[in-house]
Amino acid sequence: MTSFILRNVLKFVLLMLATSMVVFALVSVSPLDPVQMNVGQSAYLTMSPEKKAQLAEYWGTNAPLWERYGHWFGDVIRGDMGTSLRFNAPVADVIAGRFLNSLALMAAAWILSGILGFALGLVAAVKRGGIVDRIIKGYCLILAATPTFWLGLVFLIIFSVTLGWFPIGFSVPIGASAADVGFLDILRHLVLPATTLSVIGVANIALHTREKAIDTRESEFFRFAEARGASTWQAMRQHGLRNLLLPALTLQFAQVAELFGGSVLVEQVFSYPGLGSAAVTAGLGGDVALLAAIALISAALVFSGNLVANILYGVIDPRIRRRGFACAKKARKGAGDASS
Amino acid sequence: MAAPHKQSPPTALSEHEKIAHSTSGMHHRHSHAESSEHTGGHHLLQVEHLSIGFTRYESQTGPSAQKTRVEVIRDMNLSVHRGELLAIVGASGAGKTLLANTLLGRFEPNAFVEGILWFDGQVQSQQTLARLRGRSIALVPQSVLALDPLMKVGRQVALRSSGRKAGLRSRGREAVATGEDSRARQQRQRSLFEHYGLGEEVAGLYPFELSGGMARRVLLCMALRDEPELIIADEPTPGLDLALAVQAMGDFREFADGGGSVLLITHDIELALRVADRVAVFQDGTVIEETAVADFASPDTLREPFSKALWHALPEHDFAVMPAEREAAMPDEALYDQATRAEAFSDRAARAEVGQGNSAHGEED
Repeated sequence: MTSFILRNVLKFVLLMLATSMVVFALVSVSPLDPVQMNVGQSAYLTMSPEKKAQLAEYWGTNAPLWERYGHWFGDVIRGDMGTSLRFNAPVADVIAGRFLNSLALMAAAWILSGILGFALGLVAAVKRGGIVDRIIKGYCLILAATPTFWLGLVFLIIFSVTLGWFPIGFSVPIGASAADVGFLDILRHLVLPATTLSVIGVANIALHTREKAIDTRESEFFRFAEARGASTWQAMRQHGLRNLLLPALTLQFAQVAELFGGSVLVEQVFSYPGLGSAAVTAGLGGDVALLAAIALISAALVFSGNLVANILYGVIDPRIRRRGFACAKKARKGAGDASS
Repeated sequence: MAAPHKQSPPTALSEHEKIAHSTSGMHHRHSHAESSEHTGGHHLLQVEHLSIGFTRYESQTGPSAQKTRVEVIRDMNLSVHRGELLAIVGASGAGKTLLANTLLGRFEPNAFVEGILWFDGQVQSQQTLARLRGRSIALVPQSVLALDPLMKVGRQVALRSSGRKAGLRSRGREAVATGEDSRARQQRQRSLFEHYGLGEEVAGLYPFELSGGMARRVLLCMALRDEPELIIADEPTPGLDLALAVQAMGDFREFADGGGSVLLITHDIELALRVADRVAVFQDGTVIEETAVADFASPDTLREPFSKALWHALPEHDFAVMPAEREAAMPDEALYDQATRAEAFSDRAARAEVGQGNSAHGEED
């Protein structure tokens, strides 16, 4: 157990180091001139070459890459992630506000796609070969082939513009003061973006669950449950769920990365003030400090998604729980074999 | 042999009852053991002229494709009496698992099933057999793989297993009854475990933590949970060492001695002869001879050449070649021949299944 924690802490530190180095190296080879970005376009044009050189000296833009990286990393360790140029505020403050918005959006989409996908996959497997199965399969394939931003636009046109059920964008009513914004307002603004985003995960999880459930239906323990007199649905409830939940949860946690990628697009379409739209703003506006911080945060998010999946294995699967984490890999392989 | 009935004539039951079952000797194409009883004037399970097979198309496509029937089991007769252990002995892959599934009302989707099945004096259909399964007729599966790997075995034994539709009709009463039922099932699980020498702690184990002998007894407890009249054991001994296999047979013997009936499906004639009351010899998709174990004492009391060949193939008879029977001169060869033919048969059946896109679980007996 201690070794499990130590190993993952080490992995996390290495991941953060690697991500920050790559981001830093990529930014340094980009054509952006740090001095120009910092003083602004118009000021830069009217500035004398001596002044520019002085500023470059002052900000250390001519220092070697590793030295600049060392400076930046040292500051980050102390909790100073720099100042965002585009938002004119400390990066930490910008991210704190937007992280909560993004978290709400992604959590809602994550839960929605998980439940919907799992249920659809289960129904399709039980009704395999029938009309219901074909409809669900077709629906999933169409969803998988639909661009997220396009679906977002369609939702906006139908539900916001034509029907007027939901607001056309943002996370709170336009013009309302923060004190007046209630929970219901926030929820109303969340519905469309979360629904759009959830569509990314549904097809994956439904098709995956369908395959696994069909495997389970043909497994010996499932057939024996039916031989004992259980109906297909009853056996699915008693034996299917516990054997299917684990692979589905793992997939769902592993999908956090895709979800984050999707949230960038969805937040743009719905003008939703989350990390995704901040990343776009930072990227287009040459806001290097903000971009680096968002890269770190998203890497941490994806890492924790995968970590939770790993830990869940230990909690749900008795073959790992009772044997200890030492042979987790072996038992996980066994879990795959047993359910297939 | 008489021509197979395609459906049950209405008078079949009364005619059946008229037969004087008390007489020993041959009737219904079988002879009796001393312990064979006819409680209620009939057999507990009777299979008459059963044929099971698959319809498939010939390899050429288009309108000229010919439908052909592949019969895995043909014109088979079998009777299980109350309180008796009947062993069906036959080569692997000869369709014995198909027979077990059919008796449990689990017909393959693209299979045809013809003949008459009686249980406790009643003619059965697929629907009525499905209602009996898990209650009056229970299956003892082959291996620990039949247990849910993620559920403690005590819970699996006590699991509610036949709540079909009844629960939907009367929700209110059902809710109360379920609580009592579940306590009764747990009680039953504890007493079964105690009877079979499984300690309290075994109930809290997962299948992967069981030893081979424990797993087998847990599977038996699962079959016995709802106090069945007939248990069908499908190859319960492969993978067990001799001591455990003998112990397993002892458990079945005990159930039969207590008044239950056992249909033991096996390829191990030695083991079958140790515990069974009667043995049905299964060859080429049908039962060629169904007789008391005592008749296996000498080849002279066996009627069929194949049964005699089986007798000679037993290790204690030194694999002797029988001079009198020319056609069964090489018993081993005869057995081998049978096995390969049967495998080819079930292979084709399995392919036919896959071709139809239906659930293709392989014939594994």
